[in-house]
Amino acid sequence: MGAGRLYATVALGGFRRYATYRAATAAGVFTNTVFGLILVYTYRALWDLKPHLGGYDQAQAITYVWLGQAFLSTLAISGGGVEDELMERIRTGDVAIDLYRPADLQLWWLAADLGRAFFQLLGRGVVPFVFGALVFPAYLPADAGRWAAFLVAVVLAMLVGFGLRYLVALSAFWLLDGTGMTQMTWLLGYFCSGMLLPLNVFPGALGTVVRALPWSSLLQAPADILLGHGDPLRTYLFQGAWAVVLLGAGRLLQSAATRRVVVQGG
Amino acid sequence: MAERGRLAEGVRAYRLIAGMWIRSTMAYRASFAMTTFGSFAATFFDFVAIMLMFSRVDALGGWSLPEVAFLYGLSAVSFGLADLVIGSMDRLGRRLRDGTLDTLLVRPAPVLAQVAADRFALRRLGRVTQGSLVLGWALSRLDVDWTAGKLLLMPLTLLSGCAIFCAVFVAGAAFQFVAQDASEVQNAFTYGGTTLLQYPPTVFGKELVRGVTFVLPLAFVNWLPACYVLGRPYPLELPGWVVGAPPLVAVVCCAPAGLAWRAGLRSYRSTGS
Repeated sequence: MGAGRLYATVALGGFRRYATYRAATAAGVFTNTVFGLILVYTYRALWDLKPHLGGYDQAQAITYVWLGQAFLSTLAISGGGVEDELMERIRTGDVAIDLYRPADLQLWWLAADLGRAFFQLLGRGVVPFVFGALVFPAYLPADAGRWAAFLVAVVLAMLVGFGLRYLVALSAFWLLDGTGMTQMTWLLGYFCSGMLLPLNVFPGALGTVVRALPWSSLLQAPADILLGHGDPLRTYLFQGAWAVVLLGAGRLLQSAATRRVVVQGG
Repeated sequence: MAERGRLAEGVRAYRLIAGMWIRSTMAYRASFAMTTFGSFAATFFDFVAIMLMFSRVDALGGWSLPEVAFLYGLSAVSFGLADLVIGSMDRLGRRLRDGTLDTLLVRPAPVLAQVAADRFALRRLGRVTQGSLVLGWALSRLDVDWTAGKLLLMPLTLLSGCAIFCAVFVAGAAFQFVAQDASEVQNAFTYGGTTLLQYPPTVFGKELVRGVTFVLPLAFVNWLPACYVLGRPYPLELPGWVVGAPPLVAVVCCAPAGLAWRAGLRSYRSTGS
C-alpha cells in the first residue's frame, strides 16, 4: 500500500469513527447553538453601542459568533482532538506499539485528526452556523470565490491546530500526566484564538501580540477572509508559516522523545 | 430515621471517596498545581474578555463594570462550589457505556454519593477562588445601600445558587441514563448557564429571560438577588417577595432532580460487558 493511501485510510477511519456517535454529535450541535445564542446577545449589546467596533458591523459580528461555534470542535480549540488519546497511549506505554508500526507517528496522528476535523466541520459546524445565519441578521458574502478562499484558510487552520496540539501531546513523554498541560493550552487557545472576543477588538499592544500568535490562525484568519477583512494570500502565508514551524517543532520533539525517553512498561 | 441514616451514610461515603481521590491527585503534584492554576485561569480569561469589552464601552445593557463583576462573582462562586462538590457527575455517561457503573451498584453505599465523589477534583477550588476575588473587587467598588436584609441575602444567594446548579448537574446525570452519548447536552445548561448569568439580563431577549426565570430558574442564582441589592429593575414584572425566593427555588429544583435521578437509576440496564 502506498504511503499516501495509508494515511488517506487513517483519515477516513478518523472521519468514520467520529461519525458513529450520532447522539454525541447532536448533543454537541445543541450545546454549540446555546453558547452561540448567549454570545450573539452580548455582541449585539456591544455593537449597538459601538457600531464599527474592530472594523466589523453588527451583521459581521454575528457571523463571527457562529463561525466560532462552528470551529470550536472542528479545530478542537478547547481540546477534544486526537491528542487526548495519544497522551493516554504515552501514559500507559501503548505508544510503543505505534512506534514500531511502519508509519510515521506524526503523519499518522495528523491524518487521524484531519479526518476527525472534517467530520466535526460537517457534523457539528454546519448546523449551528446555518441556524445562526437564519435566525439572526448575519453577514454572508454572495461571492463564491470568497467562500472557496475561506475554505482554504480553514484547512490551513486545521494544520496549525494539530501542530499545536501535537506538541502538547508529546509533553506527556516527560510529564506523564498531561492533564495540566492540556488545560493550560486550551485556556490560552480559547482566549488567544478569539473565541471570547474577536482579536481585532483587543486594544493596543495586546491586540498586536495576540494577532501574531499561532492561535490567530484558527478562527480569526478564516473569519477575516470570509468577512472581507484580510488579503487571502497574506493570510495563507501567515498560517502556512506557523504550520511549518509547529509541525517542524513537533518532529524535533518527537525524535528527542523517542530517542531519550524510556517508554512506560507494564 | 432510615432516611437520615442513609443521608449520613451517603455523606460518609462521599467523604471517604473524595479523600481517596485527593491523595491520588497529589501523586502528580506538578499536574495538580497546573490544573488548579488552570481552573483559576479558565474563569480569569472569561473575566478578562468582559474587561476588554469594557475597555471599549462604559456600560453593557446599561450595567457598569463593577455591577457586571458583581453578577459574575455571584455566578462564578455558586457554580464553582457546585462544580467542586458534584461536577464529576458528567462522567456518568462514560461509566454507562463501559459498564463500570455496575461496580458502584454492588458497593454498600448510596450510588449518588459514589458518582458525585468519583474523581473528586480539588483543583476546582481555583474557579471558586477566582470568583470570590472578582466578587470582593465588585463589592469594594459598588456603592450599595446595605441593609440587614441585603446582607443576609448574600450568603443565602450563594448557597441557593450552588444548590440550583447541583440540581442541574443531577438532572443532567439522570438524563444520561436515557441519552448515554449525549452527555454534552448538560454543558449547555451548566457551563452555558453560568456564562449566561455573567451578563446583565437586559442584554438578552425577553423570551430568553422568561425561560431562565420560569422554566429553568437560573435567574434566581444571581440576576434577581443582584437586581434587588443594586436597586435595578428586572426586565420582567415580578411580585416583590420573589427576592427572598432563592432558597425556596433551590428546594423546588432539587426535588424533581432527585426524583429524575431515582427514575434514571431504576431504568438502568447494564451493557453486560
